[in-house]
Amino acid sequence: MSKYSVIGQRVHNVDGTEKVTGSAKYTFDVVLPNMLYGKVLRSPYPHARILKIDARKAKRLVGVKAVVTGKDTLGRKQGIWRRFPELCDEEILCRAKVRYIGDPVAAVAAIDEDTAEEALDLIEVEYEPLPAVFDPMDAIKEDAPQIHEGVELNININRHIEWGDVDEAFEKCDYIREDKFKCSSQAHVCMETHDAVASFGHNGKLEVWTSSQSSYYIQRLYADMFDIRESDIRVHNRHTGGGFGSKFELDSAQFCACLLSQKLCRPVKIVLSREEEFTATKRRTPMYYFLKLGAKKDGTMLAKEVRVITEGGAYTAMGATALYLTGFFSSFPYKYPNYRYDGYRVYTNTAVTSAMRGFGAPQSTFVGESQIDMLADDLGIDPIEIRRKNGMTPNYEVPGQAFIQSCGLHQCLDKIEEHIKGRGKLPPNHGIGVSAYGFMSGGIFNWFNTPYAFSAAVIRINIDGKVDVYTGACDIGQGSNTTLSMIAAEELGVRLEDVRIFSGDTGICPPDLGAWGSRETLMNGNAVKRAAADCKRQLLEFAAAKMGANIVYDLDIKDRWVHLVDRPERGVSYFDIVKGAIRGKDGNAIMGRGYYTPHRKGMISPAYSFGVQAAEVAVDPETGRYKLINVTTAHESGTVINPVGIEGQLEGAIMMAGGYGFCEDQPMDEGKILNPSIADYKLIRSLDMPDTKILEIDTYEPEGPFGAKEAGEGLTNPTAGAIGNAVYKAVGVRINDLPITPEKVLRALKEKQKKAKK
Amino acid sequence: MKKELKFKVNGQPYDIFVKPKTLLVEVLRDHIGLTGTKRGCNSSSCGACTVMLDGMSVKSCSVLALQANGAEVVTVEGLAKGNQLSPLQRAFLDHGAYQCGFCTPGMLMSSTALLTENPRPTKEQMKEGIDGNICRCTGYNSIIRAITAVVKGEYKEAK
Repeated sequence: MSKYSVIGQRVHNVDGTEKVTGSAKYTFDVVLPNMLYGKVLRSPYPHARILKIDARKAKRLVGVKAVVTGKDTLGRKQGIWRRFPELCDEEILCRAKVRYIGDPVAAVAAIDEDTAEEALDLIEVEYEPLPAVFDPMDAIKEDAPQIHEGVELNININRHIEWGDVDEAFEKCDYIREDKFKCSSQAHVCMETHDAVASFGHNGKLEVWTSSQSSYYIQRLYADMFDIRESDIRVHNRHTGGGFGSKFELDSAQFCACLLSQKLCRPVKIVLSREEEFTATKRRTPMYYFLKLGAKKDGTMLAKEVRVITEGGAYTAMGATALYLTGFFSSFPYKYPNYRYDGYRVYTNTAVTSAMRGFGAPQSTFVGESQIDMLADDLGIDPIEIRRKNGMTPNYEVPGQAFIQSCGLHQCLDKIEEHIKGRGKLPPNHGIGVSAYGFMSGGIFNWFNTPYAFSAAVIRINIDGKVDVYTGACDIGQGSNTTLSMIAAEELGVRLEDVRIFSGDTGICPPDLGAWGSRETLMNGNAVKRAAADCKRQLLEFAAAKMGANIVYDLDIKDRWVHLVDRPERGVSYFDIVKGAIRGKDGNAIMGRGYYTPHRKGMISPAYSFGVQAAEVAVDPETGRYKLINVTTAHESGTVINPVGIEGQLEGAIMMAGGYGFCEDQPMDEGKILNPSIADYKLIRSLDMPDTKILEIDTYEPEGPFGAKEAGEGLTNPTAGAIGNAVYKAVGVRINDLPITPEKVLRALKEKQKKAKK
Repeated sequence: MKKELKFKVNGQPYDIFVKPKTLLVEVLRDHIGLTGTKRGCNSSSCGACTVMLDGMSVKSCSVLALQANGAEVVTVEGLAKGNQLSPLQRAFLDHGAYQCGFCTPGMLMSSTALLTENPRPTKEQMKEGIDGNICRCTGYNSIIRAITAVVKGEYKEAK
């Protein structure tokens, strides 16, 4: 029997019935009395000075209630790296200059969306187009146009990571490879586009409903931009139609809705169109990668040198974090004794690049796992074997960076080796590629400069035994409401149905950094567990007194039964204890508090998950087309709290990460994204989706709640690399730039034939 | 000039006046207030607005409301019978065939239409049946497992 009664059970998502009946209310569905609808006017130029904005005609249009421009703002710049004012570089409503096609210049509120749309056409903006630059390799040239004043060579930020003596180590290597790669962009494509309903009252208080990954961030950024007290802002986030990294920065829908509402004291709703979603929200960071890898003949990797130049787009956003993490995760999941990373994020006149699921690691894993296969091939070593030889193990210190406690990488390698052997001899033009990965369980960075604990929870137990959990965590579909409810139920010894969760509402929930960096299960999970333990201690104090047991006995609660641990038959109903305990506290409900901030856990994360993935493809050498046949993942994320949730994360990650490797891209012409629609932006649909298999590896993470760690983003890392390696195994061609399209495969096959003829 | 639209939604008759250019999804969401049906692209590419029109699945962002005159429309709100969820709804719950839930109403309607038309689809036919619906969260396989469970008779129709 499992030692847990709730954890590890296959349960319905706590928001499930709302979601399958259509009653779940998203921001998209919010309608308030007296509400207006807003639209945003955006720059058609990639780089231009704003000379004049004339909104008189738009204001005269019947049904238009307000038009705002940069002049109506406080003129502040915002950014999520709040500790570094120079990196807060985005005005949202531009006053003097636009820096990408889609940069907002004005916004309208009207009685309906059609009228607002019509009004946009009536706003006359006079621009002076400026020379623009789109590729970071061009933008760092001496004569490139300067995108932000005072920023030399358009270098937004650089990052250096180093340990050991890389130059000396390369001298000792028997074999060195140097390779170049290019990683493409990717759109989040949340099914619910960015949206907000902002309602400013005559009392100066702001209430906002918005689709977001962090209500607290949005609240705080509003406070900065509008100069209002944080606590006069209430941000609601009940259901969010997907986030994937795109929804924890202040966006144009949120900002403009608020500005318009402030002017009118009426609720204003702005929903971005799908085209705006593709062109004017943030996206995955494209990267140029230069790798140098040195090894001994036996495959022992001695040194790695990594240089990266990323396409930043027009503003900093979370791109600085992506730059750092891609550098750190370039060392994953291996024990490089000598390592050096230099990364540069470069401003360009393109849509802003920022956080997206995996946060720099899908890029580093694609290039790293491609190169390690190339190295193995050159040295005549099996791909699994070379990973085994160099792979991280439990209790490993990444020199000066991080300490890894639990790590099941080697068990994952064993399982995947077994899986590949089990497939036997493959048909012609089939190949299986492997890719190993790791990821963090939440970041230990505080560039946001929060004075609060990273995660916090409050729990109240009501007279009927119902447990109310209040958390600032945001459920964006990943299922944190369910996972956190399960953690509360397990710790308190009640059933899942005894728990009710209130999340992401800054009016009633304690601040939490929100859903990004795969942090909720570990960080918020710890906060919830501690709050539940606080409640439980109060219940057991009362129970001990009531039961009059010998003080040498420990008490516990399991499945609503308060009992002596050593004599479980001696106990009292949980419900009776709750009633008595509340009465004993002069009628005060039982309240517990818990928080979590990582301390002395290195520079990156308190815990890391690991895995190995094998992708099988079948390539048609005539056309270069290939099919994803099967993706099997051996994966460890510590104790599995919510198995249905993990399956969903894994399969969903394959859709997204497979898409990154297989088909998703955002081609541009002079800064204009050429495929800003779901019809033209190719995603993996059900017919392209491969069979998926999960091989769960059992590990226990001492830092995590009940031993759990992340299972959300890490799974996005391996697939592109596994696909690339599989294509190579199948037909012997190596594609170094994403996505691996049939055209590129075919071109490479033709070149290979040409070479063979020579 | 507004025109009369008489139709049934989830068995309930409606008699309303709409502009000729009004879309079915707008009538359902904004006029009648059934917000279960979502909009993800407004160009019939994502499937979030899928409803059943006289038993066929249609993308309601690409149907003029007046085209539904005299027709019977079923939306996600019409799947449950009283307090009994439909077999597909229960299967979606058991198999975790949704995450953020925004595509789920459309996904359920496409699946329901598929099984109405073909109660015993093959796996390939199931995949075809939902190929017009984008889900960015689940990777589709749990949805296929849920439909399979219904096809296998694991969920009885509510009486």
